[in-house]
Amino acid sequence: MTKPLVRVEGLRVTAKGPDGATLVLVDDVGFEIPRGEVLALIGESGSGKTTVALALLAYARPGCRISGGRVEIDGTDVLALDEAGRQRLRGRKVAYIAQSAAAAFNPMKTLMDQVTEAALIHGTATREAAEAKAVQLFRDLALPDPEGIGRRYPHQVSGGQLQRLMAAMALITDPDLVVLDEPTTALDVTTQIEVLRAFRAVVRGRGATAVYVSHDLAVVAQMADRIVVLNGGKIRESDTVDTVINHPKDEYTRMLVAAARPQPRGEARPEKETPLLEVRGLVAGYGRTGPDGLPAVRVLEDIDLVVAKGAAVGVIGESGCGKTTLARVVAGLVPAARGEVRFAGEALPAEMSRRSREQFRRIQIVFQNADTVLNPAHSIERILARPLAFYRGLKGTAARARIAQLLDLVKLPASVATRRPAELSGGQKQRVNLARALAAEPDLILCDEVTSALDTVVGAAILDLLAELRRELGVSYLFISHDISTVRAVCDEVVVLYAGRKVDAGDRAAMGHPPFHPYADLLIASVPALRIGWLDALPPRLAASLPPIGESRAEGLCPFLPRCAIRQAGRCDSAPAPKQKLPDGREVLCHVPLAELARIQGAAP
Amino acid sequence: MSAVSRLKALAWPGRIGLALVVFWLAMAAFGGALAPHDVGAVVSQDVFGAFSASHPLGTDYLGRDMLSRILHGSRFTIGLALAAALAASTCGTAIALAAATAGGWVDEAVSRVMDAFISIPSKMLALVMVAAFGSSPALLILTAALSYTPGAFRIARSLAVNVRTLDFVQAARARGEGNAYIAAVEILPNMVNPMLADFGLRFVFVVLLLSGMSFLGLGVQPPDADLGSLVRENISGLFEGAPAVLVPAVAIATLTVGVNMLIDAATGRARPGASGDAS
Repeated sequence: MTKPLVRVEGLRVTAKGPDGATLVLVDDVGFEIPRGEVLALIGESGSGKTTVALALLAYARPGCRISGGRVEIDGTDVLALDEAGRQRLRGRKVAYIAQSAAAAFNPMKTLMDQVTEAALIHGTATREAAEAKAVQLFRDLALPDPEGIGRRYPHQVSGGQLQRLMAAMALITDPDLVVLDEPTTALDVTTQIEVLRAFRAVVRGRGATAVYVSHDLAVVAQMADRIVVLNGGKIRESDTVDTVINHPKDEYTRMLVAAARPQPRGEARPEKETPLLEVRGLVAGYGRTGPDGLPAVRVLEDIDLVVAKGAAVGVIGESGCGKTTLARVVAGLVPAARGEVRFAGEALPAEMSRRSREQFRRIQIVFQNADTVLNPAHSIERILARPLAFYRGLKGTAARARIAQLLDLVKLPASVATRRPAELSGGQKQRVNLARALAAEPDLILCDEVTSALDTVVGAAILDLLAELRRELGVSYLFISHDISTVRAVCDEVVVLYAGRKVDAGDRAAMGHPPFHPYADLLIASVPALRIGWLDALPPRLAASLPPIGESRAEGLCPFLPRCAIRQAGRCDSAPAPKQKLPDGREVLCHVPLAELARIQGAAP
Repeated sequence: MSAVSRLKALAWPGRIGLALVVFWLAMAAFGGALAPHDVGAVVSQDVFGAFSASHPLGTDYLGRDMLSRILHGSRFTIGLALAAALAASTCGTAIALAAATAGGWVDEAVSRVMDAFISIPSKMLALVMVAAFGSSPALLILTAALSYTPGAFRIARSLAVNVRTLDFVQAARARGEGNAYIAAVEILPNMVNPMLADFGLRFVFVVLLLSGMSFLGLGVQPPDADLGSLVRENISGLFEGAPAVLVPAVAIATLTVGVNMLIDAATGRARPGASGDAS
């Protein structure tokens, strides 16, 4: 039996708390990685997965200390090395690929300079040899224009490309071990596929040994051979991918696996449909208003949307598709340039200043980032008291009683009231954020990516809460997300936005099977399934490398044209796409006949 | 956080600064009552007298008791500077909040007017004001407040504009809140700490401006004297190394250095809220 490349034993990392007490971040973690295998470290925020990954580079973040254990790489105990020895180790024997490539690149240097830097520092190659190798890596990572991309600067390439360039940077010295820390978490699903595929190709092609840190079981299932499940700094389960995903032994692992497979939560929608929110022919955007009365940058184009009383409508699309702008137009934060927003039968004024307080009260928006949406200078009680006083004039004891009720409604302990937002966890802050919206007793809540900043398990709890509130209070939701599985779990109806256009829409049942708009198809198929081999089995129509959203968008034509794998010359590039309707209420904005769409998409495994 | 734990968290330069500031504030408040002699009384035959038991800080160019003159003078220096710095910071912050929450052309117009004001050198403005209206404590406060308001405005506006774009302000707007509420309740509490630091800095600037004016003979008029005019009237004692010129200069130095040390220590501490990492 050959010796494993990496052996970690009894690893312990501690930090000093604000009161001087010692906090144990990682406790007694041990694992082995044979040469050529990929090990995944999986867990939620605070599970210690990044801390363990950094310990492989003999590095602890400021304030933390590796206080025990052994980390052996290729027979050397890296924790015993002095500072010079560690410098020789990092970037040469162990390379690190960070979560945010955008923050890891120096904007003032060319990509080639940065990719070859490690090789030149460690003296593993001459400049010419390093550059030749970098070009080869660019080719292996399926980057466009491998010869020329090195001359560009970081801002001139897309996020997904930058992430792959970072992989090239890590692999340039042929390290023994590559540590990938959530390398695709910040990417859109369709971009994630390309990056995952490129990563896997180079890792397999070079027989590299890797540690893949992620919170996403479905992604890990495609990348890893073995999985180590971490929780609270301790190992809960350590086994092969197949065992962990299909036959988890540990209770915590079972919970993670369950949370990764969202279940439908909403119930059948009400029989009698009274429209609550109606959006007709909406055009909105930013920048100077042109002579035609339209803004210079149009983010939303001709949007129609109806949210019935008590219904939940999901809006999905990738970053930049205009979904957040839609919520902001309804809330009044961005004025509509054209079109109409009607609420409970009456037209909503575009400008905020002309809306009545009652109109503000009935539409509440829950912003994406709970970390920044609560004023850090106010206590939770004060945050929740404001809408009560503002909309309903509740003060004193009555307000305090209502705050206690609200906290109970979102399942937070009453003791939270006296605390500041900074003292709460992400999930707790999101609940306060939701409670503030509920304090207004609204008819419609605009949920803008409410779970995307949260861990899977916490996010699932928030989704359960939303479904429960809808049952009990009868509120309606406009639920905005980039994650189609989340939207399908809570919404009765789904609207797909692409480059500001509504390209596909239908109810949950109808959105469960083809035909789809080619973009909706891409989006749905790009969500990693919790199944080994999913990435390999992707149909070829999704495999093409894609240009960024909205590139070379011709006026009036189908917005998806440049990225579409099934576009038809002579038809798609000559006239605007028609709106095709299906008997079950589906609307698809596409030239390709629906029967043909269904045939192409149905052929996929 | 309690006052005691705050004090404990302060590094030693901050504690020294705090002690100096407290000392000078006490002198400004009670100095007049503690003074052994009347401020204008000639009590010694000895001009530019050295440190002695009867006159601990020596005597000035007329033979007046320096200790009494310093105790009286600090009231003027600190009182005027405090009033002017308070006025400058309050006006600057208020205008900045109004401009930042209103946004658009209001913000633009107010900012450009303030930029124009900031280009007038403060000492020139003070000289012109004194030449036109004559010197009085009220005029000195007004002049100093006028020259330091635009600076306070710029700092406050840049802080307010950053806070304005944060999500919780957007959330307040979406709730339908008015500009006044957003400025006072949502934005202001999140810029108080840096504005307090800026206030300390303005205070030091005003002390130096007033001392400079008094040194030129245009500040506080005899028989009253502030620390700056004490330096000026005893300047001829410099060649004899008389305490009468050294002591007020040291007084100005300890006051300004003390305030600066306190500010640095109080604002240099780690900010709360930088919580959570991605692990």
